[in-house]
Amino acid sequence: MTFALETQQLTIRFGGHVAVDAVSCAFAPGTLTAIVGPNGAGKTTYFNLISGQLKATTGRVFLHGEDISGCSAPQRSRRGIGRAFQLTNLFPNLTVLENIRLAVQSRAGVGLNLWSVWSHHRELIGRAEEVLETVALTAKRDLAAAALPHGDQRKLEVAILMALEPDVFMFDEPTAGMSVDEVPVILDLIRALKARRDKTILLVEHKMDVVRELADRIIVLHNGALVADGEPAEVIASPIVQEAYLGIEVAK
Amino acid sequence: MNRFVWIALFILGLLVPLVVYPVFMMKLLCFALFAFAFDLLLGYTGLLSFGHAAFFGSASYVTGHLVKNSGLTPELGVLAGTLFAGVLGYVVGSLAIRRQGIYFAMVTLALAQIVYFVALKAPFTGGEDGLQGIPRGVLFGLIDLNRVYSVGGHPLALNLYYFVFAVFCLGFWIIHRTIHSPFGQVLKAIRENEPRAISLGYKVDRFKLMAFVISAAMAGMAGATKSLVFQLASLTDVSWHTSGEVVLMTLLGGVGTVFGPLVGAFTVVTLQSELSSVGSWITVIIGSIFMVCVLVFRRGMVGELARLLKRPL
Repeated sequence: MTFALETQQLTIRFGGHVAVDAVSCAFAPGTLTAIVGPNGAGKTTYFNLISGQLKATTGRVFLHGEDISGCSAPQRSRRGIGRAFQLTNLFPNLTVLENIRLAVQSRAGVGLNLWSVWSHHRELIGRAEEVLETVALTAKRDLAAAALPHGDQRKLEVAILMALEPDVFMFDEPTAGMSVDEVPVILDLIRALKARRDKTILLVEHKMDVVRELADRIIVLHNGALVADGEPAEVIASPIVQEAYLGIEVAK
Repeated sequence: MNRFVWIALFILGLLVPLVVYPVFMMKLLCFALFAFAFDLLLGYTGLLSFGHAAFFGSASYVTGHLVKNSGLTPELGVLAGTLFAGVLGYVVGSLAIRRQGIYFAMVTLALAQIVYFVALKAPFTGGEDGLQGIPRGVLFGLIDLNRVYSVGGHPLALNLYYFVFAVFCLGFWIIHRTIHSPFGQVLKAIRENEPRAISLGYKVDRFKLMAFVISAAMAGMAGATKSLVFQLASLTDVSWHTSGEVVLMTLLGGVGTVFGPLVGAFTVVTLQSELSSVGSWITVIIGSIFMVCVLVFRRGMVGELARLLKRPL
């Protein structure tokens, strides 16, 4: 079987500090893998290495069996690795609709089109409106992204990723800082995405109940290294997770 | 923007030389186009070029030289100047976009100073004297741009004015189309959040370079036209004062607004001609106005007005 995504001995050092330490892991197509670990374990850095925001010191990344280690971030994005950011990362002075349109436009490959007028691209605008609908932001389409409350900004962040329609979705704590009644919107989206079984999803999430319910598999990072990997129930019960992640001292 | 507003402005542009001294209007249109070209970079891409006079001035030399010494018709002369500025923009842009912020500005300034040095020393630029007596010529070999019409007892160079107005409209239209194209949307995305634009899959360097080339070419078109209006290409056109002036015009009028560069150019050109009698004090006066502007209304005149009216202007 060809894996959707695979990392081999992926490592990055910042000076003497090894932020991600020889992580080898393969992700089967159509699965949802949760990545857990304490703060500073290297989860976001691992994402950055996969999406190309950071260059690995050593190690390789494969997408559908193809080595993409030498590809830049925009190339990886166009090949089908999409990501939503942990810290909200939007175009603050553009409207909600424009934010999503930019992702739709990238997906459609019409970026270098200089001679048409944006408002004439009805099909792209229609697609952006569809995505907007799924995160219940239609009423706010003409507001500047910066004017949205935090929860809506998180939704927009996820919506941009949805509009990009990648093969591999990487969500970095998509529900962080959201109020309790807003969380289900995002989780429903991820659930629906998972149900399609044609997209590969990587999810960094701290809420254990969410992880238990959604994940097909959990991997645990600790001090940059992969320390556990397996079925959700089994991994959550393992001593290393109880100790490293949940902070529970386990008698040896 | 409402279609009727555009038509009204166009008619106003056609009629204004009957009321306002045409040479003043032509100077205004040239500098306004220059400022629009500059604003494509600053307002829509978030790049501050501090060497745009290199494109404005070198095109003015190229056009002046070709029209004067090779006998090119004015429209071909302007086209040649525009193309030259575009090519120069490609060279300067390729080097400058590797850096960001203040370093970007410094690279553009340094390269513009090289262009200034070439203009000072090269044999075909006339050195300190510049190129003087550039003929205005006959447009398409049909329309004599020197022809003066007597309207109400005033001699008006209307042929030349309408030529300049047509060039301005063309340049403004190109820039306007660029801003409202899908390409322009990506430029705004780069201005807003470059790393995010990268993660969406946009090769931002290519976009920045293309924006730079378009901006340089349009600045060149303004400079080329200016050399025909004043029949002069001089060191002033390539000097860093001119680079600073276009920054000033754009900021005064309002960065990233539809009419800001025009209003800014109008303000500066008017002050320069009204206050020409006070000599070098003019620098102090414009400097003071600029400071007040930056301190009191940072969005520029049009930007503040747009905020008060709550609509884009």
